[in-house]
Amino acid sequence: MSVIPSTEEPQPTRAALPAWAALVPVALLLVVGGFFAFGLTHDPKAIPSTMIDRPMPEFALTRLTPESDPLTNEDLKGKVSLVNVFGSWCSSCVLEHPQLTEIGKSGRVALYGVDWRDPPSDGAAWLTRYGNPYLKTGVDSDSRLAINLGVTGAPETFVIDRDGRIRFKQVGPITPEVWIDTILPLIQKLESEPA
Amino acid sequence: MISELGLFALTLALMTSLVQTAAPLWGAATGRVRLMNVGASAAITQLVLIAFAFACLIWGFVTSDFSLRVVASNSYTLMPMVYKIAAAWGQHEGSMLLWALVLAGYGAAVAFFGNNLPATLRARALGVQGLIGAAFLAFIIFTSNPFARLSPAPLEGGGFNPLLQDPGLAAHPPMLYLGYVGFSIAFSFSVAALIEGKVDAAWARWVRPWVLTAWCFLTIGIALGSMWAYYELGWGGWWFWDPVENASFMPWLIGTALLHCTLVVERRHALVNWTLLLSILTFTLSLIGTFLVRSGVLTSVHAFAVDPARGIFILAMVLGASGGALTLYAFRARQLQQPPSFAPASREGAILANNFLLLIATAIVFLGTFYPLVIDALTGDKISVGPPYFNVTFGPIMLCVMLVMAFGPLMRWRSDSVKPAGQSLKLPFLTGASVGLIAGILGHSLPGGLGIGFGVFLVASMIRWMQVRLKAGQVTPQQSLFLARAFPRSTWGFVAAHLGFAITVFGITAMSVWQTESFASMRKGDIATLGDQSFRLEQVQLVKGPNYDAQRLTFSVLRKGAADGELATERRYYPERDTVTTEAGIRGGLLVNLHLATGEDDGSGAFAVRITNHPLAMWIWGGALIMAAGGFISLSDRRFRIGAPHRVGVAVAVPAGA
Repeated sequence: MSVIPSTEEPQPTRAALPAWAALVPVALLLVVGGFFAFGLTHDPKAIPSTMIDRPMPEFALTRLTPESDPLTNEDLKGKVSLVNVFGSWCSSCVLEHPQLTEIGKSGRVALYGVDWRDPPSDGAAWLTRYGNPYLKTGVDSDSRLAINLGVTGAPETFVIDRDGRIRFKQVGPITPEVWIDTILPLIQKLESEPA
Repeated sequence: MISELGLFALTLALMTSLVQTAAPLWGAATGRVRLMNVGASAAITQLVLIAFAFACLIWGFVTSDFSLRVVASNSYTLMPMVYKIAAAWGQHEGSMLLWALVLAGYGAAVAFFGNNLPATLRARALGVQGLIGAAFLAFIIFTSNPFARLSPAPLEGGGFNPLLQDPGLAAHPPMLYLGYVGFSIAFSFSVAALIEGKVDAAWARWVRPWVLTAWCFLTIGIALGSMWAYYELGWGGWWFWDPVENASFMPWLIGTALLHCTLVVERRHALVNWTLLLSILTFTLSLIGTFLVRSGVLTSVHAFAVDPARGIFILAMVLGASGGALTLYAFRARQLQQPPSFAPASREGAILANNFLLLIATAIVFLGTFYPLVIDALTGDKISVGPPYFNVTFGPIMLCVMLVMAFGPLMRWRSDSVKPAGQSLKLPFLTGASVGLIAGILGHSLPGGLGIGFGVFLVASMIRWMQVRLKAGQVTPQQSLFLARAFPRSTWGFVAAHLGFAITVFGITAMSVWQTESFASMRKGDIATLGDQSFRLEQVQLVKGPNYDAQRLTFSVLRKGAADGELATERRYYPERDTVTTEAGIRGGLLVNLHLATGEDDGSGAFAVRITNHPLAMWIWGGALIMAAGGFISLSDRRFRIGAPHRVGVAVAVPAGA
C-alpha cells in the first residue's frame, strides 16, 4: 500500500480544509439516518392524534361545478359523510377513483369532494374524464381547509360523523380492502350511535 | 420444483458473494495473488446463479404457477405474455431480485474486463462489490423471498395493476436499475482506492466509462417513467415531483456531477478527492432511493409493499455501506489530497462550479422530498411539499447551470481567464437575450422568456464552440471538415448530450408555459376546435383487447378544413381487477403535440372532451434520449473502450485539451 507521508503533502495555495471537515459527510449521513429511523417507527399515514374527534373546521368552498351555492359545514350536518381531498395533478387519485365511483354509485354514504391545489378548470376536466362520484365538490384553491385539516397529500379521506366531528382519516387511496375492512364498518358503527 | 431450484441458487449466490468479499480483500491485504483471483471467479459465478434464479422466477410467471405467492398476486392466465414477463419485476420481491441481478452483472463485468487493472485494485473493488451483493441477497432471502409458496394454490391469479400493463413501464425498471445500480462500480472503485491509498490514471480510465454507462441508462429510465406518466397517468402531467420520482432523479443529478469530475481526473488528474466523495454520495443516493421506495417511509403515489422489517434492513445497508465508505473517506482522503493544479478560471473550474450547482440542486430535491419527514420528527406536524416549491427553487439553479455550461467548453484546461470566453460568447449571449425577450413578450411569460433565452444561449454557445474548434472563417471549409472528422467520438458525444439538454429545456419551458386547451361536450358528429384545428367525433365503438373491453372514441382531425388524420381515445375495463383505465389520444409532433382526453358518457350519449396542445412536449423526452445517445456515442470512443490495456500506461500523457 502506498501511503504518502503527510510531510510531503504539498502546500495548497487556497486555505486547506481543517481535518474535521472530512468527517462532515459521514456526520450528515448519520443525521439523515436518524431521521430515517424515526420515519420507520412512525407511520406517515397515521392520523395526528389531535385531529381525532375534533369538529370539522369551518369552511365554505366555491363549487367546482357551475351551481352557485357553496359547499359548507351545513352540507355535512345530520348524516355520516366522507370528505375526499383530491386534485387533477394527483396520480394516486386516479388509482383510487374506481373505488370512489363504486361508493358514489352505491349511495351508501354521502361523498363530498374537495379539489385541492388545482385550477378549477383542471379539476372539472378531471372529473369529466374519470366520472364524478361526488354529491358536491368544492374548490380549496387557497388550501385553507386543507391546512386546517392537516392534509399531507392527496388523496386523503375524512370520515365525519353526524355531529360534524372527524372520526377517521384515510391517508392515501381508499382501496377495496380499506373500504371493506375499515371505512364501511366504521360508517355502520357511526350510524348506529345515538344522535 | 423449479422455484425451489431458484431459491437454492439464490442461497448459493449469497454464499458466493461472501467468498467474493472475503477472499480478494484478504488476498489484497496479504499480497496473495491466488486469493485475489478468487474474486473474479466468484463474481462470475454469482452472476450465473442469480441469472438462473431470475430465470426461474420468470418461468413461474410464464407458466402462471399460482402456487408462487408473487405470481398469484401479480399475474393471471389471460394476461398477454409480455406483461406476464414484465410482472416478474413489477412487484417488490422480483424487483429486488432484478436489483441483485444488475449488481452481479456489473460485478461480473469488472471480473471479465478488468484484466488490465492493477491486481490489488481489482481484487478490492470486487470485494466491495461482493459485500453489497451479499447484503442485498440476504435482504431478498430473509425478508422478500420471491419463491415463497402458497398452499393451497389459487386457481387463478389476482391480476396485475392495469396501469402497469404498458410497454414503457415494462422497460422502465430494468433501465432505471442499470442506471442506479451501475453507480455501484464507481462506489466500489472509490472504496478500493481509499483502501489502497492511491488513485492512478488506470483508476480514472476504468471508472469513467462505467459512470457514463450508468448515467445513460438512468437518463433513459427516467425519461421512460416520465413518458408513461404523460400518456397513462396524468392529465397531461409528465413530472409530479413525487418522492419516488425524486428517488431516481437525485442520483441522476449528482451522477451528472460525478460524470464530469471523472473527466477531470482522467484528463488532468485533479479533483481526485472530490470525485471519490461524489462516487460514494451518488451510490448512497441510489441506496437511499431504494430505501425510500421500499420502506414506505414517505407516502407516495407508488404504493409499494410497506414492511418495517424491510425498511430497517435497507436502512442498515445504507448506513453500513455509505457510513463505512464515508468514514474511510474521512481518514484516508487527506492522503490523496493534491495541490490545486488549476486556476479558478479554467475548464476544471467551470466543471467544479457546475458540480456545486448540481450538488445544490440535489440538496434542494433532497430537502423537498424529506422535509415532511423532518418536520414530523421535530414537531409532529404532517405537512407536504408540492411542485410549487420545486419549481421556484429548481428552475433558477438550472438557469445557472446552463450559463456555466456555455462557458466551460470554451475555456482552456488548467488556467485561462474568463475574458476571452466572454468575448466569444458575446454574440451567443445577444442572440439568447433577444430571442428570450421576444419569446417572453409574445408569450406573456417571464419564466417562458428565461427558459427559451437561456436555451438559445446554450445552443448558440455550442455553435460558437464548434466554430472555434473548426477554425471556421480562418481556414478553408475543406480544412474545417477535416478538423471535424478528426474529432474523437467522445467530442461528438459531448455535443449531442449538451444539445439534448437544451432541447429538454425548450420542451419543459414550452409545455409548462404555453399549453392551450379547449373543452367541449360532444355527441357523435359534433365538432370542437383548438387553434386552427378542428376535431369531429366520428365513431363510438366497443372493442375487445387481449384482457380488457374498451370503449373507443375516434375523432377525425381537420386542419384549416383539410383532413389531417385521426385520434382515438379509449376507456378500458379490466375485469380481473375491476378497474378502468383511460388512454388519451396523443399525436406527437415536432411543434404541436395534441393530447385528447375523453370522459364517460353522461347518459345521453354526450362525452366530455378535453383537447390540449402541449407545444414541444416531445422535446422533453427527445432531448433526454439525445443526452443518453450522446453518452453512448462517447462510450463507443476507441479511447474509452473498456479493457484497452495498451492505453493504460500512457493515460496521463493525453495532452491537455485533446
